[in-house]
Amino acid sequence: MISRRQEIWPYLLVAPAVIIIVLVVFVPVINAFSMSLQSYDLRRPNDIAFIGMENYKQILSDELFWGALGRTFFWVVFGVGLQFLFGFLLALILNHDFRGRGMIRSLSMVPWVTPGVLIGLMWRWIFDGNLGVLNDILIKLNLIDDKIAFLAHPSTALPSVIIAIVWQGIPFFALMILAGLQQIPKELYEAASIDGANKIKQLFFVTIPSIKNTLGVTLLLRIIWVTNSVDVIFNMTGGGPAYSTQTLSVYIYNKGNALNLGYASAMSILMALLLALVAIPYVRTTFRGTI
Amino acid sequence: MKNNKYRLFTLYLPLIVMLIFMLFPFYWIFVTSLKTSQEIYGPVKYLPQNFNLAAYFKLFSGTVNFINAMKNSFIVASMTTLVSLLVSTLASYAFSRYRFVGRKTLMILFLSNNMFPTVLLLLPLYTIMRKLGLLYSPSSLVLSYTTFTIPFSVWLLNGFLNDLPGSLEEAAMIDGATRGQAFVKIILPILTPSIMATGVYIFMNSWNEYTFANMFTNNATRTIPVALKSLIGQLGVQWDLLTAGGVITVLPVCIMFFFAQKRLVEGLTAGAVKG
Repeated sequence: MISRRQEIWPYLLVAPAVIIIVLVVFVPVINAFSMSLQSYDLRRPNDIAFIGMENYKQILSDELFWGALGRTFFWVVFGVGLQFLFGFLLALILNHDFRGRGMIRSLSMVPWVTPGVLIGLMWRWIFDGNLGVLNDILIKLNLIDDKIAFLAHPSTALPSVIIAIVWQGIPFFALMILAGLQQIPKELYEAASIDGANKIKQLFFVTIPSIKNTLGVTLLLRIIWVTNSVDVIFNMTGGGPAYSTQTLSVYIYNKGNALNLGYASAMSILMALLLALVAIPYVRTTFRGTI
Repeated sequence: MKNNKYRLFTLYLPLIVMLIFMLFPFYWIFVTSLKTSQEIYGPVKYLPQNFNLAAYFKLFSGTVNFINAMKNSFIVASMTTLVSLLVSTLASYAFSRYRFVGRKTLMILFLSNNMFPTVLLLLPLYTIMRKLGLLYSPSSLVLSYTTFTIPFSVWLLNGFLNDLPGSLEEAAMIDGATRGQAFVKIILPILTPSIMATGVYIFMNSWNEYTFANMFTNNATRTIPVALKSLIGQLGVQWDLLTAGGVITVLPVCIMFFFAQKRLVEGLTAGAVKG
C-alpha cells in the first residue's frame, strides 16, 4: 500500500520553488497588466488612475512603437540568422578531429559568458568613429578612405549592434549544434557516400534532418533571448542615433527608466503576446516526451 | 597532399577567421587596458607598448571604488546561486522521481517562464520592490534573478536526475533507508558535479546581469556591470578604466566556466538533443 504520507512529499518539495516563482513572476505579470490599464507615471504619482485601454490606443498610434517593432524584426532576423549560420559553421569545423580542438572549443565559448554590458561597451570601443580600431583596420586595408562614425549614423548603427549580438550568440549555437552532430551515427554518412552523395548533399540530406530538433529548439530559444535583450544595445547606442537602434525591448526599457510605467507595461504586454507566438511552439516541441 | 589542401580550405582557414572574430575583441580590451591616455588618443597601436597597470590601480582607488561593486556582485551572485540551487534541487527531484497530480501543469509553469520578456517582469517588480522598501537592496536583485535562474535550474537538474536510474534509491530503500536518507546519501553525492555546474551557470548569469541591476541599485549597492557603465561620464568615456574593468569582470566567470563547461554543456544539450 502506498502510504498517504508519501503522496504529500512531492508537493512539499516543489512548494518553495513554486511559491517563489508565483511571487516573482506570476504576481508581477498580473501587476503589469493592471498597470497597463492605468496612467501609471511615477513622475506624476498623484495622477495615477484607471484609464482602461487608453495606453493601448496610444501605442497603436505611436510611430516610435511601430518603428521599434519593425527594427525588432530586423534585429531578430539578421541577428539570430547570422548567429545560426556562423554557429553551424563553427560546429561543423569543431566536429573534425584536429590537434588543440578542446582548447579552441573552450576559447570560442568565451563570448557567451561575457556580460552584455561589456559586449556593448567593447564593441562601442571597436566601432568608435575617431579612435576605433575597426576604422584603422579598414583604412590600412584600403577598404575605406575616411573614418566612418559607425554608431553615429542611423544607417550604420543598426548593422553595428547586430554584429555585436551575432558575436555573442555564435558560441551557444555552436555548442548546441556540436552536441547534436556528435549524436549522428557515422554509418549514416558511410551509407550516404556509398550512394554517391557528396559532402554538400550529405549536409542537407543527412546532417540537417538528423539534428532538426536541436536546431529548432536552439533557434527558438535564441529568438526569445535576442528579442528580450536590452543590455547590448542599451550600452552600445542607448537606442540612438535618432531611434535607429531602438528595438521594442529597448524602447520599453527607456520608457521604464523615464518612469512612465503604465505605458511601458502596456507595450510589454503586447510584446509578450507577440513572443508567445514564437514561444508556444518552443514549449511544445521541447517538452514533448520529456514531461 | 590534395587532402591537406582540402583541410586547409575547409577547416583551418575558416577556423582561423572565426577565431580572430571571436577573440579579437578580448585581445583589444586587454591591450587598451594597458595603454596610457596618450596612447589611447593617439594613432592606433596594435601591441602594448609598455606594461602599464595604471588603469587597474586607478580602478581600485577611492574615486571609482570598483572593489565595492565587486563585493556587491559577489554577494548578489552567491545569494542567488544558493537560493536557486536549494529550491531547484528539491523541485527537480520531485519532478523526476514522483508522479503526482498537477506535475505536468507545474512543469509547464516553470518551463514557460522563458517566454516572459525581461521588461514585462522588470516594471512591476520595480514598483513591488519600491512598495516593500527593498529597492536598492541586494535582496531586490536576488529575488529578480530567481525569475530566470530557478526555471532554468529546474530544467537542467531535472535532465541530470532523469539520467540517474531510480533503482539507485530503491536499492537503498530496500536496505531500510528512508527516501530522504537515500537522497542525501546516494543521489546527492552523484549529483554534486551537476549541481556545481548548474551553480556556475546561475552565478555567471547573476554576475553578468545588467538590465535589472541598472534600475534596482544605487551608488552604494551597484554591481559590476552597472559600475562599468558608470565609467561613461559627462566628460566622455574613460576607455583605459573601462577596459581594465572589463578584463576584471570577465576573468572570474571565464575561469569558472572552463571548470564547469563539460558538465554544463551535457546538461544544456541533453534536453535539446533528446527532445
